[in-house]
Order: sequence, then structure tokens, then C-alpha cells
Amino acid sequence: MRFLFKTDYRQDLRLFKHGGQVFWYGALLLALAAAPWLLPDYWVSQLIFVCIYAIAGIGLMVLVGFTGQVSLGHAAFLAMGAYTEAYLQSHGWPFVLSLAFSALVAGATGIIVGLPALRVKGMYLAIATLAFGFIVEEGVARAESLTGGNAGKMLGSLEVFGLPIDSDQRFYYLVLFFLVLVVLGVMNLLRSPTGRAFVAIRDSEISAQSMGINLARYKTTAFALSAAIAGIAGALYAHKIRFLSPDQFTFLQSIELLMILVIGGVGSIYGAIFGAAFWIVVQQLIVLAKDWLPPAIGQQTGLQPTVFGLILVAFVLFEPMGLYGRWLKIRTFFQLFPFYRKGLFRRQKSYMKSERLK
Amino acid sequence: MKPLLTANHLSVQFGGLKAVNNVSFEVWPNEVFSLIGPNGAGKTTIFNLISGLYRPSAGFVTFEGEKISHLAPYEIARLGIARTFQNIELFEHATVLQNLLVGRHCHRHTGWWQDLLFTPRVRQTELQFRRTVEEVIEFLELQHYRDSMVAGLPYGVRKVVELGRALAMRPKLLLLDEPSSGLNVEETEDMGFWIEDIKHDLGITVIMVEHDMGLVSRVSDRVFALNQGEELALGTASEVQSHPAVIEAYLGGTEDDGPPPSPRPAGGGDGGPPPGGGSEHV
Amino acid sequence: MLQFLQLVASGIAQGCIYGLIALGFVLIYKATETINFAQGDLMMLGGFLGLTGTLALGLPFWAAFAAALLVMLFFGMALERVVLRPLLGQPAFTVVMVTIGVGYLARGLVTMIPEWGTDTHVLPVPYKDQIVSLGGNGTEGGLIMSMEHVVVIAVTALLIVALYLLFKHTRIGIAMQATSQNQLAAFYMGIPVRRINMLVWGISAAVSACAGLLLAPITFVHANMGFIGLKAFPAAVVGGFGSIPGALVGGLIIGVVETLAGFYLPEGFKDIAAYIVVLVMLAVKPNGLFGENLRKKV
Ligand SMILES: Nc1ncnc2c1ncn2[C@@H]1O[C@H](COP(=O)(O)OP(=O)(O)OP(=O)(O)O)[C@@H](O)[C@H]1O
Ligand SMILES: [Mg+2]
Repeated sequence: MRFLFKTDYRQDLRLFKHGGQVFWYGALLLALAAAPWLLPDYWVSQLIFVCIYAIAGIGLMVLVGFTGQVSLGHAAFLAMGAYTEAYLQSHGWPFVLSLAFSALVAGATGIIVGLPALRVKGMYLAIATLAFGFIVEEGVARAESLTGGNAGKMLGSLEVFGLPIDSDQRFYYLVLFFLVLVVLGVMNLLRSPTGRAFVAIRDSEISAQSMGINLARYKTTAFALSAAIAGIAGALYAHKIRFLSPDQFTFLQSIELLMILVIGGVGSIYGAIFGAAFWIVVQQLIVLAKDWLPPAIGQQTGLQPTVFGLILVAFVLFEPMGLYGRWLKIRTFFQLFPFYRKGLFRRQKSYMKSERLK
Repeated sequence: MKPLLTANHLSVQFGGLKAVNNVSFEVWPNEVFSLIGPNGAGKTTIFNLISGLYRPSAGFVTFEGEKISHLAPYEIARLGIARTFQNIELFEHATVLQNLLVGRHCHRHTGWWQDLLFTPRVRQTELQFRRTVEEVIEFLELQHYRDSMVAGLPYGVRKVVELGRALAMRPKLLLLDEPSSGLNVEETEDMGFWIEDIKHDLGITVIMVEHDMGLVSRVSDRVFALNQGEELALGTASEVQSHPAVIEAYLGGTEDDGPPPSPRPAGGGDGGPPPGGGSEHV
Repeated sequence: MLQFLQLVASGIAQGCIYGLIALGFVLIYKATETINFAQGDLMMLGGFLGLTGTLALGLPFWAAFAAALLVMLFFGMALERVVLRPLLGQPAFTVVMVTIGVGYLARGLVTMIPEWGTDTHVLPVPYKDQIVSLGGNGTEGGLIMSMEHVVVIAVTALLIVALYLLFKHTRIGIAMQATSQNQLAAFYMGIPVRRINMLVWGISAAVSACAGLLLAPITFVHANMGFIGLKAFPAAVVGGFGSIPGALVGGLIIGVVETLAGFYLPEGFKDIAAYIVVLVMLAVKPNGLFGENLRKKV
């Protein structure tokens, strides 16, 4: 086990707590940078999806994992980002501007969707966001002049500062860059007052406001940031798929994002990234398994929902801290070896927590 | 000298129940002012009225001469009123340090975009916050728990952390709702010392709701007794304790109306958490 | 005018379906403060069970109906025992996610069951294609309703009366009410809270299955028919989550508004009418029509 002797408060403010972390994260970044050379094209393409899902997942994590507000309509923000990007690109905006604007539009939508959060909580909020999700989905399908409606909308080829992004390799670097950017931004938030205010709201609204936190303002901020990050993911997704249609941004998509968080582990940035990677890998495994399974199972469209449903239930029941939690346990096991106690991470059991007036 | 806080004919109703009925009092700077009364007397409700969680149905509260009853809870906090809660409302899934840092929230002057970039200004305020918080940690001897998650802490420590979080605000007025409930004798003793120090060394005015009359008589300058939302008596601890209306209220009520104001009976001295505390049954 | 009434009548029938599913949510929510996202999928299972009962086993329709309800009662109880009970005391979000998982699982597994699969099926009912006309003289000028709709309304009414009697006049019903008011107190009073919760899940599943069986002749039976459950959320919120009559009234409102929107408003509004209604409701009266004001006390 590593003991950190702290001599200065500044140590606690660092993003990386010790040299080992710097080394490992450096190595990881290097490996990720080298990936396009080492992996076949197909997997690079999948890696792009991992990055995009991870960005969207981090966005949702800001809201769900850190601020404790539910959103069952996050696909709407992806859609806002994606369609704004497509629209602006077709009108000749340079990528950097159009992307920023897409994030802005999605963020503004987030503020609107977050309005109910100022009055209602928990399941009421969940249902309000769900309602917004459906309305946006329908709106996208109906606003044919802007979005191409159900017929869909094509995107042109992408160019960044004059450099054509014409291969998955290049696009991968672009996406990776944004992932790193988003991760750093959210890490910054978490070590500063805004992030702490989010967490405070998540854990106790009553005492958050008694500590001087303006609930309305921070909830709105959380919604806006979360939606803006989802908007970035949406814009990148648009360039990856190059064809947008409303059925890519449905309620199920919103649910999938939540599943990614639960599988990865709610409450940490790692969770979103682990979850996204796991999600894509399992999807690929299912595609591979189709040929091996008896056709009565393998050829059914229900295979994927079954597998994901099973995984989700299993995670909630047996590993509620998600993949990240499992990783923490394994790491702690080796660090403490042979002193690891079985109950170290045991879930707190409490009698039913009630939001109701007692 | 002007009073720091006044309650003027405060009333609030829940349905047909007059939880607080025409209550008035003044709290002077740098005193410890205790509210006592049987269970359901309306003590916590008065705190909620002061900190803006409830709106009075009649009457108002002033702080430093200004009316505050129309303000939102966060605005009231920013004026320098900090509080703790009867059933501990900490940020369970954060460390003690983070909890205390939230206490500094009122004193921030950076926006979220600066936080996003972690500008030098943010860094500087963070370091300042940290220094203040470390003072509080030292004051309450929480060094040992600095980086522990609140969710795993024993009840007594949480109680102290909550006090610390309120102190980290460097408030002018501190509202303590049953600071000793659920604490054992020794911890209650410590709590008494801290409250005295808070008054003398930090110069913070304290309003305290407390059932433990031992603690009340030890630290309070004045005691305000109420029952069923109405004032019974106001005076020093011994005056109030011997006031016939107070004795009547405690003894005349039904069995479960709470402990009589004898020295040290309250909180069921076993130090166990009240049944509502819940989550620390592992 | 007659046309309007006609629309309202079919809206009411549709609303009964929403109301029944919403009722399922509300029962579970009141008892356990959990929102069950698999409610619509339980409804779907009910539809399929009815299908198997009538077609594969050759039972008469109403026998198959009753059998399906019974099976779903036990299924709901088993679900609570196996999946939900281990999560007692966990945050609502966790529990919601597990019900979402159960919904996925149900939807996926159904496609793998021979005879069920991904196809749409028709549930044969004895009252198919019959017409009832109310008011007017004979066939002229009266309100015309299909028998399917009439049955929906009648069975819903019956079910409501039965549930009312259960809650008001049976020991177990009163125990359920006590539990939903305050679990801890009920537990200390010696009420077997866990068994009660199990039963609530069972009843809720059966109520949903009932909705599925009633809906089946109007639409079809297929693996995704449960998505209609998503419109029962607005119904529950409009009624005030946690209020049983509210759920039904909310369902009726949503059903009627939706049907009217489908007729009088441009295309597309029908599908989102329910959601617009719920957003308006949340803005105007967040606690719904019959909801109580729930605030955390400190
Ligand atoms: N939000 C509320 N809604 C309805 N009734 C309330 C609410 N808050 C308090 N009450 C009622 O007001 C009365 C006073 O409650 P309060 O919590 O102020 O008592 P207290 O003096 O703090 O008692 P204790 O010593 O038990 O903490 C009680 O009858 C309580 O049930
Ligand atoms: Mg109290």
C-alpha cells in the first residue's frame, strides 16, 4: 500500500496524486495514441464509438452521478448536438465553430429540460425528462426543413483547420482529443466549488441550501453542462455515422446511456468510460456469438436486449458499484494483501429510505 | 447594543396544527440562547423558520436589523447563519474534508466556467478555503477522519463533522439542533467545551435546541422554554427550570412527551443513535 | 357533437388501459417507493399468456383470462422475491435500473419463446367485432362503441371495485395500506412487511396483465406492446403519483386528450399529447390532481 505523506495542501489539489499515477496515465494515453497503428480498422472504428459513448456518459454522469438528478431523455441532447452540427456544417461553418455552437444549443436545451428540476424531484423529474425526450424526438422527425425528418440527413466530409478528416484513424484522434478535454474539464469541476455544490445537492438538498448553495442555479448549471457535453458527443457521432435519422435518438438510447453508467459504476468518471468500453465490447461479442448460438436464440432480434437486461440486473444485484467498483476492490485486495477483509466494501444496509414526510 | 436576531410574533401552521404560535424573542450578540421544550414543541420548526426552510404564516424574523423571512435558505446562509440538523444531514458520499469545504461555499467568488478551467484564481481560493477548513479540523480534532467517507463514520463523529461544516462557514450565528442527542457522556462533555469555545474564542452567537438540561445549564446564557408552539418562560437556566409552567408542561403531558428537565436525563444516555438515524447499521 | 362524444368514448376506453397500467405503478410505488419500469412489459406478458391459454391450451377466453391473471400474480410475487427484495433500502435509482433491466429481459426473452417470437398475434375474443349503440333510437343517432371498448371500461370498473373492497374491508388490504403509510411502523406493529410487498407486486403484475388482455383485441399482441406503459407514467403523474383513484383519472385524461389530439391537431401531436399534458401538469400542479404534498422533514 502506498502511503502519501502530505506536506502541502496543494498536493490535494493536483489532478494526479503521485508519480505512479502520472506514469500509468501517461502510459495509457500513449497506448491509446498508438492504437490506430496496432489495431485493425474495424476495431479503431469501435474505439471511436467507445470514445463517443464515454463523452456522452460523462455528460450524463455529471447530472446523475454527481448532481443526483435523473434524466431519461438524454438522447434528446445528443440529437440537438448532432442535428445542429449537421445543419451548420451544411451551411459552411468551420468545424470548431459549429461544434461549439452545437454544444451551446444542446446546453440551452438542457436548461429548458432542467426547468422542472427546480420544482420537482426524483421520479417526477425522471418523467418530465422522459416527456421532453419524446417531444424532441417527435420534433426532430417533424422539422423536416431543418433535419430532413424521417428520411434522414446526410453529412458532408469533415475538415478541421483545413486538414481533411477522411479516415477513421484521423477521426479517432479527434474524438480522443475531445474525450481527454471533457475528462479534464469534469475533473476540474469536481475539485472546485461547483463540483462540490453538485455533490452536496446530490446527497442532501436541505443542507446544501443551508450551506448557501443556490439549488436552482446549480441544478440548471448541471443540466446545461451535462447537455452540452452530450451535445459534443452528438456532434461527433453525427460525423462518425454521417447519416442522421430520428430513430437514432430514442428513449431506448437514453436508457442505454443510463445502463452504461450503472454497469461502469455511478459516481465516477471512470465509471462512464469503463461502461462505454464494456458496452461496445459486449455488442461486438453478441454479433460474434450470433453465429455460434442455435438459430432459435442467435437469430432473434431479442438477443441483444436479453443480454443487456441480464447484465444490468446482474450488476445491480451483485456489483452495484459497477466495473469501477470491482476494479477498486481488486486493487485494494492486492494493496492490503493479506489483510483484506471481506466486508470492506459491503453495501450499507438501511431500512427503506423514505423521501416522504414521516 | 442591538439584538443580532429577533423573532417577532412568529407563527406557522401545518394544516390545523399551530406548530409555532406567536413566538417572539431576541438573541443578543455573543450569547448562547437555548430553546427547550417537550417533543413536538416546535423548536425545530423555529429553526426552520429562521433558516428559511419554512415561511412563517404570520410574523417575521430579523437578522442584524434586516427582515429575512422572505429570503431563500441559501440567501439566509450567505448572511452568516449556519445550522446543524437534528437527524444529521451530511453529504454522505463525500469525505469529511469535502463536507467541510462545502461549508466555505458562500465565500466563493468564481463561476463555473472558471472552475471548469481551474484558473489560478480558483486555485488560490481553494487554498484559502483549505486553510480555514484545517483550522476547523484542528479545533474539533477531526484530523484522523479528514479523508474518510462520511457514510462509514460512527454517529458521534458525524455529529462533530456537521458542527464542523457549519463552523467552516465562519458564521455570525450558529443554530445547533440537539447537538448532544445520540452522544455518550464523554462526547457530550466535549460538545459542551466546544460550544463554550465557539462563543468565547470564535465570538459566534449560538442558538441551541437541546433536551439535555445538564448541557443547557452549563453553556446557556438564557433559556427559552416553549410548549405546543407557545412561549412558556424565558430566563436563566435555573429560572426556567423552576418555572411552574415549565414543570407543568413536562410533567403534565402524556407519558411519551419527552424527558423532564432534570440534569442529564436526555438522549437515552446509552449513546446509541436514535432509530431514525438508520444508515449506520452495517 | 356526436363525433366529439364518440372520440371521448374511445378515449375513455384507451384511458382505462393507461389507468390500469398506472394503477400498477402506483400500487408498487405506494408500497415500496419504487417506480417499476417493467410495468408495460408485465402487461405484454399478460397478453402473451392469454394467447397461449386460448390458442395453445384451447381454454375458453375468460378461463384463459383468469389463468393469465393468476400466473402473473405469482410471477409478480416471484419477481419481488428474487430481484427486488435484495435491493430493499437501496436508492430509488438503483431499483429503477433493475426494473429497466427486467423489462429488457422480458422483451428479449419473449422473442425467443417458440410460438411467441417477434410476430404480432391476434388474441381471439368472443366479443370480437360486435357493436354497442347507446342512446339514440336503435342504430340512428346514438353513440356507437365497439364491444372491445365496452369490455375494457366494464372490466376496469369491476377491477376498481374489487381493489377498493380489498383495501377497505380485508385484513390484508388494511395491512397493505398501513405498510404504504409507514413501513417501519407497520413492521413494528407486527405486519409482515416483506410478504405484503411481495403481494403488492403480485397484484400489480396481475392488474397490468389485465390491461394487456383487454388491450390485446384492440391492438395486437407483440413483444414491444409494453412500450405503451411509457404513457402510463404521465397518467400516474397527472393523477398524483401515489393516489389510486388519481391513477385512473389520470389515465382517462391522458386517453381522452390523446384521442382528441389525434383527431383535431396536426399529425404527430397524438404521440406526444400525453407528454405535453404531463409537463403542463408538472408546471402547474407538481403533485398532480390527487397527490399529497410530500416534503422531507428535518
Ligand atoms: N413540515 C411539516 N409538516 C407538518 N407538520 C410539521 C412539519 N414540521 C413540523 N411539523 C409538526 O410541528 C410540530 C412541531 O415539530 P418540531 O419538529 O418543531 O418539534 P420539536 O420541538 O423540534 O420536537 P423534537 O424535540 O421531537 O425535535 C410537530 O407536531 C410536528 O409534527
Ligand atoms: Mg426537533
